Amino acid sequence: MRPFNYERVVATPDALATLDGARFRTGSGGKLRHGGMSTAAHFIAGGTTLLDLMKLDVVQPNKLVDISRMPMTEIKETDDGVLIGALVTNSDLASNPIIKARYSILSQALLAGASQQLRNKATVGGNILQRSRCPYFRDPSMDCNKRNPGSGCPAIKGFSRMHAIVGVSDKCISAHPSDMCVALAALGARIHLQSTAGSRVVAINEFFLTPENHPEIENVMRSDEIITGVQLPASRFNPENSHYLKVRDRESFSFAIVSVAACLEIDGTSIKGARVALGGVATKPWFISESDSLIGKTVDSEIFRDFAEAALKTAQAQKHNKFKIELTKRSIVRALEKAAGVI
Amino acid sequence: MTQKEVELKIGKPLDRVDGRLKVTGAARYAAEWKLENLAYGVAIQSTIPTGRVTTISVDRARQVSGVIDVFSYKNKPGTVSDEEDAREDAERLFLFQDNEIHYAGQIIALVVADNLTAARHAAKLVNIEYERESFQTDLSANLKHAKKPEDAEDHKRGDFKKAFLSAPVKVSQTYTTPMETHNPLEPFGVTAAWDGDELTLYDSTQGVYSTKQTVAKILKLAKEEVRVLSPFVGGGFGSKLTVWAHVPLAAMAARHLKRPVKLVLARNQMYGPVGCRPATVQTVSLAAENDGRLIAIKHEGISETSKFKDYIETVADGAFSIYPSEHALATHRIVPLDIGEATWMRAPGHATGSYALECAMDELAHELKMDPVEFRLKNWANKDYASDLPWSSNSLRECYRVAAEKFGWQNRNMQPGSKRDGSRLVGHGMATAFHSVWRNPASAKAIMHNDGTVVVQSATHDIGTGTYTALTLVAAEKLDLPAASIKVELGDSNLPYAPVSGGSTTMGSVGTAVAAVCESLLSNLISLAINDSKSPLHKKHADDVVARRGALCLKTDESVRETFEAIVRRTSTGQIEASVDSKPGDEEEKFAMSTFGAHFVEVSVDADLGKVRVERWVGAFDAGRIVNPKTARSQILGGVTFGIGMALLEHTLIDHNIGRIVNADIAEYHIPSHADVHDIDVIFLEPVDPHVNKLGIKGIGELGITGAAAAVANAVFNATGKRVRELPITLDKLL
Repeated sequence: MRPFNYERVVATPDALATLDGARFRTGSGGKLRHGGMSTAAHFIAGGTTLLDLMKLDVVQPNKLVDISRMPMTEIKETDDGVLIGALVTNSDLASNPIIKARYSILSQALLAGASQQLRNKATVGGNILQRSRCPYFRDPSMDCNKRNPGSGCPAIKGFSRMHAIVGVSDKCISAHPSDMCVALAALGARIHLQSTAGSRVVAINEFFLTPENHPEIENVMRSDEIITGVQLPASRFNPENSHYLKVRDRESFSFAIVSVAACLEIDGTSIKGARVALGGVATKPWFISESDSLIGKTVDSEIFRDFAEAALKTAQAQKHNKFKIELTKRSIVRALEKAAGVI
Repeated sequence: MTQKEVELKIGKPLDRVDGRLKVTGAARYAAEWKLENLAYGVAIQSTIPTGRVTTISVDRARQVSGVIDVFSYKNKPGTVSDEEDAREDAERLFLFQDNEIHYAGQIIALVVADNLTAARHAAKLVNIEYERESFQTDLSANLKHAKKPEDAEDHKRGDFKKAFLSAPVKVSQTYTTPMETHNPLEPFGVTAAWDGDELTLYDSTQGVYSTKQTVAKILKLAKEEVRVLSPFVGGGFGSKLTVWAHVPLAAMAARHLKRPVKLVLARNQMYGPVGCRPATVQTVSLAAENDGRLIAIKHEGISETSKFKDYIETVADGAFSIYPSEHALATHRIVPLDIGEATWMRAPGHATGSYALECAMDELAHELKMDPVEFRLKNWANKDYASDLPWSSNSLRECYRVAAEKFGWQNRNMQPGSKRDGSRLVGHGMATAFHSVWRNPASAKAIMHNDGTVVVQSATHDIGTGTYTALTLVAAEKLDLPAASIKVELGDSNLPYAPVSGGSTTMGSVGTAVAAVCESLLSNLISLAINDSKSPLHKKHADDVVARRGALCLKTDESVRETFEAIVRRTSTGQIEASVDSKPGDEEEKFAMSTFGAHFVEVSVDADLGKVRVERWVGAFDAGRIVNPKTARSQILGGVTFGIGMALLEHTLIDHNIGRIVNADIAEYHIPSHADVHDIDVIFLEPVDPHVNKLGIKGIGELGITGAAAAVANAVFNATGKRVRELPITLDKLL
């Protein structure tokens, strides 16, 4: 690891003041807007991604601004839902009674991720900004368009089993690794951002960007912004009709080959509301935009299969991840069946 | 009752005597020795598989405050012996003799600094440029280059080809196993310290003597000038049987800098320079009569190896030995590739070979429409078919029967894919476990002090297996002492000689030596007492005197006694010693010796998503006499868990476009988590084996993994009807 300066801030204005001009950083890891091995200052909260990447030399911040003692640790009920502070730990969020009762999908997704030790440290803001697990990204001696724009993507012709099949480009097929964000995408969460110029709220689906020609740009955050919280809309989904399915090689402490967050509103056998999102197979937490097409349909495995076919119609696979197309379809069906309570 | 009060003997469960040291952090591992003026090394590894270093720029690294030097082929810290006896090791370790690159991950430079932070930082600043050459890292693409290894013979009996052709029922299939990486919990680390021309290595090794000898040869030192300490080892699984480059490099740097140097490989640096289990391609052909009697067996193994050191994964030895067939053929071929050195990994040859053999046995049983247990019972070998010698002991049939009954095998449905539990398919599978038994020469010393306590010494190792505890039990039985009165000292090359701790040989070799040395100590003690007029045992017959709870007494009248303490106190030295050198006799010429076992496994497979889960496991094992049931059980649990990993998870992934390993950390190189491992029921059958060694111990470190992956694969077939002949059985192979 390279040496760095360390500064601790406890108030938001102080934190924002550290984001001077061209220097920018977000939470744990975060995007690298300008690509390359940025030496810009980084915020650090739990550090569960950032410290790894610093040891691997993938990020080389000259300064860490420790925001972990800032007061963004509350989970508050608001008029239109719940506002989660950016520094709430994954453990606290997963076990929060409001979240468990009304946003079960989020609790399930969090508990499917990482290990208890990591969840105790990892924060909501950091989880949103966690970086790719692509082995070519994580080794600075290899080519990678995300880390070193224009250098190429060895994953496409290389080892691609853990890579994405939707939202990919010919520049990058790296899968977004978060479980939490898949649930947030299903719930239609909105990200609260703040800068010295003011604050704004961005829907999660607009927050993340697919790689296109610029895999180094992973989200819409500006260099002067910090994530302050995540707003969940008013709850519509019963815990029993929310199912997070994580398919992985190892039963614990392993990233998703595919994950599905399925939330249904059901009246008898009739679907009144549906939101489905995918993880492990997409370059960003992937809300299935056809989710609404399930509304008005009856609970039926064939209907779920048709829905899965539609959701994957643009999927593009490489040699090692071809199986993910069929696996994802089956996983969508399984998650919907579980959410509908038919299995 | 505390452990101290229980009468201790071989076969009584004893908690680890070093448990407290380990949980309190007092057990000292290789990277934990705090030496004065210690310098810290960080290795830099090649990022290409073949070619040479053209430029190595160290100026920026040298400018980092605290950096002492950056060594590479341009300024190697010392010379490597060019004597004949050192050449083989020097030429496989690449100790900066030149700028050639032989595999990705080869150590090509070494940063040394006053502190680890500076060394790590400086390592990032060393800029290396290469001239690349073409390379081959893919076994499956290079099978045409398979060659017969120089020191391997094909094993033949009868006429396999003819017998196979005319046989009524047969199978012939090819199975593959991937490269695997050992991943012991304790990383590879060494601290090298010189005192004049004398070198002390604080190492993490399965061989303090072999390390001492190898390093002495490489550095042109007399053997007595090197001391290797490795009192605790956090696992090795075979990867620490060998000296790897970081050890002599640390020693060379320490000598050059005239201060101790510590060099630890980080987890992601351990994929390449410290060995791997090579990938294999195995073809097994079996033929039987209609009644299930095996007629012909052929096992052809091809394994990858590095281009600089031939290693043979001897997959075919089991097939030639443990099943009766008049006609058999066993062959090994190797394919040299541009990869790091292949080496022994837990049950080398047997773990991989038994996967193919025991799957093929299951396939043939299926063809015969025979129960796999019945098929194996029918083909129990009443002798070793490889050597034609009788078994020293063999409880394999009992293993099948006892484990099958405990498992409930009779309820198994032979029709694959016929048992369903919701969305999951349930299957049952079994396989034979077997491992060769060897014994090596070993020495031990025992010292009784004037407080009646005993120190037992031997230069063997506790590689996490529980050697300290098991040897305590052996000494306790021989001397009738509580554990608290016995101190076992291991892992120091200044102690009496012991062989490397590999091949499940430690207890058979060193346990036997410790038993003998304790007997010798006792005999010395008795002789002192009966020849001393001050002793109540004066002039008694040695044969009439026995040890009882820290004293000598008459067998016939325990009231005629004298404590060990009192006897030792009267000696001029205040202690009594005994030393023995023990070695195998002619038993290997008279008997075939092997451990055996039977695994029975239930798996469930998600019918739609393909994920395999091992639900429960029953295994019965014949490893001869069990010294400590607690740690022996742990050995089987570890072996089976290792087998579950082999069956379902482990795979060192090489991107053959770049010739590099791309899952070099334990987040992506999957070993089983607790959630992957469920009930494992371990049963020991303990046949009396009077031939294998005096204690009747056959060894248990590797038995658990043999056959384990096959048992899982066979259960997956029973669950799904799909034969996966390519490990690991990941879900994509079952969609």
